[in-house]
Amino acid sequence: MTGSDGGFTGTPVVPETAPPGRRRDRAVRTPRQRSDARFGLGLISPTVVLVLVLVVLPILWTVMLAFQDLRLIRLRTAGLFGDYTVDNFVDVFTSPGFWSSLTTTLIYSIGGTASAIGLGLVAALALRNPFRGRTLVRAALLLPYVAPVVAATFVWGVMLNPQFGIVNEVGAGLLWDEPIAFLSQRPWALISVIVFEMWRSFPFVLLFITARLLAAPASLEEAARVDGAAPTQIFRHVVLPQLMPTIAVLALLRFIWTFNNFDDIYLLTGGGAGTEVISVRVFDYLVSRGDIGAASAQALVLASVLMVLVTVYYRFAAKDEVA
Amino acid sequence: MAGVTTVPAEPATAPPARSSATPTGRGWSRNNVETRVFGVLRWVVIAFLLVFTLFPFYYMVLLSFRDLSSLLQEPARLWPTLSELTATTYREVLSSTGSGGQGFLGFMRNSGLIALGTVAVTLLFAILGSYAIARLEFPGRRKISVLFLAVYLFPAILLAVPLFVFFTRIGLQGSLGALVLVYVSQTVAVSIYTLRNYFQTVPVSIEEAAAVDGASRLTIMRRITLPLAMPAILSNALFIFMIAWNEFLFALLFLVQDRSRWTVSLGLSQLAGSIEIPTTVLMAGSVVLTLPIVILFFASERLLTGGLTAGAEKG
Repeated sequence: MTGSDGGFTGTPVVPETAPPGRRRDRAVRTPRQRSDARFGLGLISPTVVLVLVLVVLPILWTVMLAFQDLRLIRLRTAGLFGDYTVDNFVDVFTSPGFWSSLTTTLIYSIGGTASAIGLGLVAALALRNPFRGRTLVRAALLLPYVAPVVAATFVWGVMLNPQFGIVNEVGAGLLWDEPIAFLSQRPWALISVIVFEMWRSFPFVLLFITARLLAAPASLEEAARVDGAAPTQIFRHVVLPQLMPTIAVLALLRFIWTFNNFDDIYLLTGGGAGTEVISVRVFDYLVSRGDIGAASAQALVLASVLMVLVTVYYRFAAKDEVA
Repeated sequence: MAGVTTVPAEPATAPPARSSATPTGRGWSRNNVETRVFGVLRWVVIAFLLVFTLFPFYYMVLLSFRDLSSLLQEPARLWPTLSELTATTYREVLSSTGSGGQGFLGFMRNSGLIALGTVAVTLLFAILGSYAIARLEFPGRRKISVLFLAVYLFPAILLAVPLFVFFTRIGLQGSLGALVLVYVSQTVAVSIYTLRNYFQTVPVSIEEAAAVDGASRLTIMRRITLPLAMPAILSNALFIFMIAWNEFLFALLFLVQDRSRWTVSLGLSQLAGSIEIPTTVLMAGSVVLTLPIVILFFASERLLTGGLTAGAEKG
């Protein structure tokens, strides 16, 4: 849920670099400071405990589960500390399904991220100059991002349906000959989920590029225009360089979330027809096969890729304070 | 990994284009042509975007009111005729299973309870926590900030395995309360971030004045800081509500076994595969699922987009 489904968690968060205002001058501690410290800890500790119990501990536990041979059926009888083994990882890395799934995940993430950023950028530029009703248009364009993922995937599924879906009704015979089963036929299924991802997350890009454009000083572009630069030249040499840091952070964030996205693909194709991304595979191993060990091992692979990306994001955002 | 490797591509040093190489005449004409082309292209793009984004929603509403047999006869017709318009789809999807419906009213009650519960608990935790991070100097403050950032970026699917195993093990599967706690753990981090940013915009001097007058920290919080932060708290509440209402994966993992506990999202996803239920009825279900979010969104659009970018205003 944290961002992975888009949702409304989509606020790039900038990690705090230093406590603002107050210096960490600990030479003298007044009673007020000491009571502040106690009060602060008291206020934050419920949240910290909750996050530790429901997020941090489970992640650590996943690590332990990944090294055990554990089935869902035997869960009630199994102890917390079973026999440790690396079999799960051997199985995961030697199964051809895993590698093709990783490739699919990469294609999906790159395609989804690039197309969402491209469309979001175009949308932000098209809506840049004011016109009547712009606020309403902008709000309407944000709808795919806030709409419930289950309803959105259901409608898309019906739209792309080969029997009576509107896309085939209009397109078959006109653009292609026979109705195409867009969600259960290679390579259309993967293309469809990427287009869906673009539809759902370009508003996020639109939102942040719009905010960044508002902050861009008009004088620079004015100067370029006076010097006779054409709109494409102004965009290429004046606007785009200013947007680049924002686009970079958006690319990283979108990539992280698309890479781990479960809901969209599970609901659209169920992971069939060449769309089985790792997160769907994890779910499949966990629920359908009841193979907790293998599910954990694959989740860990996902987590380690993610950890690298989060570190990059943290360094990047903390250094430049963009987004 | 293009998304990552292309990151620092464009050097920020590109000089503002001063097309000195272009002869004046050609430069003017290129400029003129481009300005005209983009003037038209802009409207084409806006029209395309509106159709692209809104069509699925229009299609959803359209199908929810159309009669199934007329839909199958004329699937390509994009406007309803008066004779075929029907609201029986809504009656069927909302009424309880006992009276031959799909029981979405019950699902809405579950979704509503879960979402409101999540909002209440998250806000309680987040207001206290964000105030502490914004105002008070305490040991470990930076570490906690980093922890919350990590939580915020960690995807749900990674938590799915251990939480599912854990809740199955202790027999809490099917408990709405447990699900609320999981949702809170997911939303509290981002909530703390946005609220913290807001608290930092409230001048410390107001609180210091109250402290000089002898007010305690708790009194200051309740009487001064909270009322001032009300807009931020409200927008926070709205987006937490939306997250909890829309959530699918954890609802699927925890509640799927007992139909009476399904949320609207879960119900729609579970019934979507069924052959017996007409597509138009499920479309009515989709509208029922989407409508509260769309209403909330348009009612609070200004508030929400403000809240959405609140974490990002440093750039």
